Amino acid sequence: MATISRPAPALPAQATRAARPRWGARLAPYGYLAPFFVLFAAFGLFPLLYTAYVSLHRVELQTADRMDWLGLQNYTRLFEDPFFWNALRNTFTIGVLSTVPQLLLALGLAHLLNYRLRGRTFFRVAMLMPYATSVAAATLVFAQLFGRDYGLINWVLAGVGLSPVDWQADTWASQFGVSAIVTWRWTGYNALIYLAGMQAIPGELYESAAMDGASRWQQFRHVTVPGLRPTIIFTVVVSTIGASQLFGEPLLYEGNAGGGISHQYQTLGLYMYEQGWSFFHLGRAAAVAWVMFLLIVVLALINAAIAARRNRTDR
Amino acid sequence: MRPFRARRTTAAVGSAALAATMLLTACSSGTAGSKDNAGGDGKVTLTIDLFGTFGFKETGLYDEYMAAHPNITIKQTDTQDEGQYWQALQTKLAGGGGLADIQGLEVGRIASVVQKQADKFADLKTLGLGGVNDDLVPWKGAAVRTADGKVLGAGTDIGPEAICFRTDLFKAAGLPTDRTELAAKWSSWDGYLALGKQYVTKAAGGSAPEGNKWTDSAAGMFTAEVGQEKVRYADESGKPVYDKSPAVQTAWANSTKLVADGLSAKLPQWTPEWNKAFSTGKFATLSCPAWMIGYIKGQAGEAFAGKWDIAAGPGKTGNWGGSYLAIPRSSKHQKEAAELIKWLNAKEQQAKLFTKQGSFPSSTGAQAAIKTVKDPYFNNAPIGEIFSESAANMPAQVLGTDDGVIGKAFTDALGEVERTGTAPATAWQHALDNIKKASGN
Repeated sequence: MATISRPAPALPAQATRAARPRWGARLAPYGYLAPFFVLFAAFGLFPLLYTAYVSLHRVELQTADRMDWLGLQNYTRLFEDPFFWNALRNTFTIGVLSTVPQLLLALGLAHLLNYRLRGRTFFRVAMLMPYATSVAAATLVFAQLFGRDYGLINWVLAGVGLSPVDWQADTWASQFGVSAIVTWRWTGYNALIYLAGMQAIPGELYESAAMDGASRWQQFRHVTVPGLRPTIIFTVVVSTIGASQLFGEPLLYEGNAGGGISHQYQTLGLYMYEQGWSFFHLGRAAAVAWVMFLLIVVLALINAAIAARRNRTDR
Repeated sequence: MRPFRARRTTAAVGSAALAATMLLTACSSGTAGSKDNAGGDGKVTLTIDLFGTFGFKETGLYDEYMAAHPNITIKQTDTQDEGQYWQALQTKLAGGGGLADIQGLEVGRIASVVQKQADKFADLKTLGLGGVNDDLVPWKGAAVRTADGKVLGAGTDIGPEAICFRTDLFKAAGLPTDRTELAAKWSSWDGYLALGKQYVTKAAGGSAPEGNKWTDSAAGMFTAEVGQEKVRYADESGKPVYDKSPAVQTAWANSTKLVADGLSAKLPQWTPEWNKAFSTGKFATLSCPAWMIGYIKGQAGEAFAGKWDIAAGPGKTGNWGGSYLAIPRSSKHQKEAAELIKWLNAKEQQAKLFTKQGSFPSSTGAQAAIKTVKDPYFNNAPIGEIFSESAANMPAQVLGTDDGVIGKAFTDALGEVERTGTAPATAWQHALDNIKKASGN
C-alpha cells in the first residue's frame, strides 16, 4: 500500500486527502439531485410507464381490478374515432386562438410597463393577479359573462343593437370564449417574463436609437423584439405545451366533459377525461394520455429545432 | 474541511432515509388513525352524499333524528347534477376513498350498480334491513336486488309525472287556468303541443310576455315522454333497443316538433341558466316529476308562491327518476348508517317528505297516507291526488345498465337541435355515435 512507501510520509496523506474530497465532491451533487429523481421516478416515470401498460389493456373504472390484454387495439380504435380527430382539431384551433393574442398582448403590455411610469410596481403586481386566480374561479366568472340569456356580453351586444350570441352552443363563439379565459389568465404572466427580458437589453441601445431619430415604435421593432428573441422562443414553447394540455377552462365552461353539446370545444385533455371518467374506459384514456405525451414531445422537438436554426442564423 | 463535508453527506442520506420512513409511517398511521373515528365517547359522525334535492335536510329530518340520537351527527354533501355526482362516485368506488357512509343512487344507474358493482356496496340484509323494500311498489324493490338475492339499496322516492304550469302567464295569454280543463286539453302530447302553439302565438301578439316560451327544453319533454313506456332503452333480456324502440322514436319525433314549432326556451336542464330562468320566467310549463316540486320551490322562491299550479300530464303516465340509499362496503359505521336509512325510509318520514317537499313516496303505506295533501305554493293543487293517480297507472319500467348514458346522449342531441339548429336526423346520428362511444367496448 501507498503508506508503506518511503520517500515522504506526507505524500500519501496528501493524496488521500486530495482523492477523498474529490470523491465526495463528485458524488455530492448527485446526492442533492437524488430526492428529485426519486420523486420523479415515483410520481413521474412510474405513472408514465404504468399508463403505457394500462393503455394496452381493456380496463373499466367500474371493474378496475380486471385487465384484458388488447395489444394496440386502444390506439387503432383511437385513430378511427372521429371524436379524437375533432378533439385534436379543437386543441389546435383553441391553442392558436389563445396563444397568439396572448403573446402579442403580453409583448405590448411589457413594452408599456418598461417605460418609467408612476405606480408601475402596482401595475406589475396587477399583471400577475389573473395568473394567481384559480382556473375554477376565473372560468365560473367568464361562463357568467358569456351566458346566453343573462350574460353581460350579450347584454352589451344587445345595447348596441347586435343580436345575442350563444357563446356556449356555437362552435367558433364557444372556442373564442374558452380562449378568452386562457388569454386573460396568462397574458400578465407572459408580460412579466417579457419585461424581465426587456430590462436585460442595455439602455444605450435605446439611447443611440433615439439619437438616430428612431420613434418608439421603431425602437420596439428594431431594438426590443430582436433583443427578446430567446425569451419569445421560451414563452412560445411553454404556451404551446400549455395549450396542448388545455383542460380546466373547457371542462368548467359548461361544467361537463363533453366539451359542448356537439363537442365543439372538446380538447384532447377533455377527450381523455371523458373516456376515463365519464365513460369509465381507463384503458382508452391511457392510450389518449400517451398520444398526448408523444405529441407534446414532438412539439417540443419542433420548437427546439426552430430555435436552434434561429440561433445559428443569428450568429 | 473534511469532517464537515462528511457530516453533510451523512446528513443528506439521513434526511432522505427519514423522509422515506415518514412516508411509510404516514401511510400506516393513516389507517390506524381512522379506526378510532367512532371515538371513545360513542359519538358517530354519519356522512351522506346525495345529488339533486332529496329534501331530508330541507324538511328537518336530520335534526329530528339527531335530537332523538344524541350520539349521532349527520353531515350531508350534495351535487346538483346527477351526472357529475355519478362520475365522482365511480372514481371514489374505484379508488376506495372518499366515500360517504350513505350514498344516494339514481334509478337510471341502479341496473349498472346491481350488475357491475354489487361487491362495492353492503348487503342491507346482513345489516338487518332485509325487509326495507317490502312495503314499496314491487318494481322499486326488485330493481335493487342482485341475482343471488342481495339487497343493495333502500328505495326512497319515485317520480310520477305531471305538468307544472304558471297560472299568471297562462292568464296573460288568455289560456284556461283550471287544472282539470287543462289536463283534458293536453291529455295527449299532440294536445300539449297544440296548446303550446296557441300560447307562443299569443306571446308574439303581445298578450303574453314577449320571448316567453311554452316549456324549458326539448330534453324535459323527451325524458317525460320516454318514461311512459315499459321498454325504453333496453328490452327485458337486457339487449339495447334504444335506436329502434317506439318509446324513443315517438318521444324524439314529438320533441323535435316542439323545437320546430318554436316552443322551447332552449335551456339545458340543471345548468345555472336554467336555474335562473325559474325566477325570471322564461317558460310557462315544465314536465314535472314529483321531486321537481321541491326543486321549483328552491329555485323560484317565495316570490312565485301561488303562481305555479299542477295538472295531470299528457299521454300515459310515466316515471322519471327516483332514488335509493346505499351503504358502501368501505363505510366504518354500517350499523348506524343502516339505522338511519331505516328511519328515513319509514312511511311516516316518506309521507312527511312528500307533504313538505314533494318527493313522492315509494312506500305504499306512505302513499296511502298522502292522498289528500294539497300544496299552497302550487295554488293549493291536490298534489296527493294527482301524483297518486299518476303513480297508480305508471308502467313498471325495464331498467338497463346504460340508461343514464343513453338518456344523456339523446337529451344532448336535442340540445343541438334547439341551440345550434342541427337537423334532427343529424343530431339523432350524433346521439347514436355518442352512445356507441360511451358504452361500446
